[in-house]
Amino acid sequence: MTIAIDARSAGQPSPALRAKRRRQRLTVLAFLTPWLLGVAIFFIYPLIDTVYLSFTRYDLLSPPKWIGLTNYRFMFTKDPQVVQAAYNTLWLVVILVTARVLFGLAVATLVTRLKSGLGLFRTVFYLPALVPPVAGVLAFVFLFNPATGPVNQILGALGLPQPLWFNDPSLSKPSLVMLGLWGVGDLMIIFLASLLDVPKEQYEAAALDGVNPWQRFRYVTLPNISPVLMFAAITGVIAALQYFTEAVVAASVASGQATTGGGNAALLGYPEGSTLTYAQWLYVMGFKNYYLGYASALAVVMFAVSLGVTLILLRRARSLVYGAEGTR
Amino acid sequence: MSAVTATTAMSTPNRDIDTRGNRRAKRRKRLSFIADHSVGIAVAIMFLAPFVFIVLQSFMTSEQALTGDLWPQTWHPSNYVDVFTKAPMLLYLRNTLLYATLATVFMLLSSIPAAYALSRLQWKGRNAAFLVVLMMMMLPPQVTQVPIYVMWTRLHLTGTLWPMILPNLLGDAFSIFLLRQFFLTIPQEYADAARVDGCSEWRVMTKVILPMAKPGIAATAMFMFFFCWNDFYGPTLYTSENPDSWTISLGLASFRNLYQVQWNLTMAATILAMLPVLIVFFLAQKVFVEGITLTGVKG
Repeated sequence: MTIAIDARSAGQPSPALRAKRRRQRLTVLAFLTPWLLGVAIFFIYPLIDTVYLSFTRYDLLSPPKWIGLTNYRFMFTKDPQVVQAAYNTLWLVVILVTARVLFGLAVATLVTRLKSGLGLFRTVFYLPALVPPVAGVLAFVFLFNPATGPVNQILGALGLPQPLWFNDPSLSKPSLVMLGLWGVGDLMIIFLASLLDVPKEQYEAAALDGVNPWQRFRYVTLPNISPVLMFAAITGVIAALQYFTEAVVAASVASGQATTGGGNAALLGYPEGSTLTYAQWLYVMGFKNYYLGYASALAVVMFAVSLGVTLILLRRARSLVYGAEGTR
Repeated sequence: MSAVTATTAMSTPNRDIDTRGNRRAKRRKRLSFIADHSVGIAVAIMFLAPFVFIVLQSFMTSEQALTGDLWPQTWHPSNYVDVFTKAPMLLYLRNTLLYATLATVFMLLSSIPAAYALSRLQWKGRNAAFLVVLMMMMLPPQVTQVPIYVMWTRLHLTGTLWPMILPNLLGDAFSIFLLRQFFLTIPQEYADAARVDGCSEWRVMTKVILPMAKPGIAATAMFMFFFCWNDFYGPTLYTSENPDSWTISLGLASFRNLYQVQWNLTMAATILAMLPVLIVFFLAQKVFVEGITLTGVKG
């Protein structure tokens, strides 16, 4: 049927071709309409409105009232908890992301060096990454609970000190890092695929040159896997900026109080504010205390930071957009 | 590695030295093989130990749970029944399944055509649109949360699961991204052949591309389902004031403190929350690993 149309259009190109082009445009539009609506309603509009609301006082009951830079002035000079929350989040961005990338790479390297049972080991190392975050936190708060937790029981039996872990302000974040390392499997799978993709000939050439293992890693492996490492680090930073679930649940369960996300102000970031994250502070100020204008200001700052990180990624987007065509 | 041994073998004319070197190399190889595996086994034990300890705990009596023992004196599988009598777990399960199922179906309906247009149709602005997908994917949900929350309040839907379900009708950035990556792996020739045969673009997608992309669609759907199953932020934000709408994540997070139970029951509930995810993983491991690999391999 269309073959006939094509034959005709070959005879008289101009109007038929134009009709065809219009039909194609309409097809594309039809496929994209739901998503375009989504972009407008859940991305562009709220982004603009957040910036506007950040200059207002707004509590959902009365209309937003313009107060200029007051929210920002409060944030940068008068809110001690935002300082703590930003510090904790920055700590997680630096320590948690670095630790996870390095550990993920180490475990992936370990798997590549196993001569047999690769599939089995890969499954074992990946398994904890599947555990729902809330379940994982509960498991770790139990394992590390100071009184009856298996970790301290074993440390005690060995005659070692028994720290308070999630109940100690200086160890609560490192305990969360251990939880993050347990769930490193997602990174491990990505790194493993990338390590196995490094061309064998390059290793053989390096071996002929008589390089040591460090040089082999530095000059053969690293250049091949660095794009994947970079991507993992950036997505890791974005995830750490919004770190919420693990911190909230760990604080709530370790403190022994049901708070469902920060209802009880005294227990925020238990112990001693050491697990209060930026995303949690935004949540508490905005959706528990209904300082929606202030929460918007916090959101604008968060946007600025995450945009900066994303732009690093988008600088490489060229290869992502065009290179993916060649990906098999 | 083999190249190194080959060169040493060739460069040593003396046969005696050669065999001795060979034997030494072989022994070194065997030792390093054992060493590698022992490190692997040690690390594997570290990864598995938490599972073992929480399973053991989940079978203890409530009295023994107070002691710090590692091994149950008597095995109490009834803990797994008590979990359901202590907390409305079936309600949580129903809510979670409602959320996860509807969100996944809606996501597929809206995101498959979008991903198709972004990967298999030629149009001006396609690359720019893909950059928008990437930006939305990287945007922390907190950034746009205030206006979106206000919107759902105006619609009187806070306190329900709908604010998390309905947006999926308008596409999900991560799913679109993942589906696009899968669609790109299907050779363009199949679609072109169908077009020459006079298929409309909708038919090319549903009859040619989708059947070939089944593993990718399955992986994307599974990621979405698990995201909902695991989600804590969304349910906390919208339903924490209304326990009738709580999901498993929310119920589990307050289980120990709200119902005044010991660690044994808490760990039984924890295992019940993990189990479905682990079972599905073992049934569909290949699809899963393929999906995760695609999320990261974009060098």
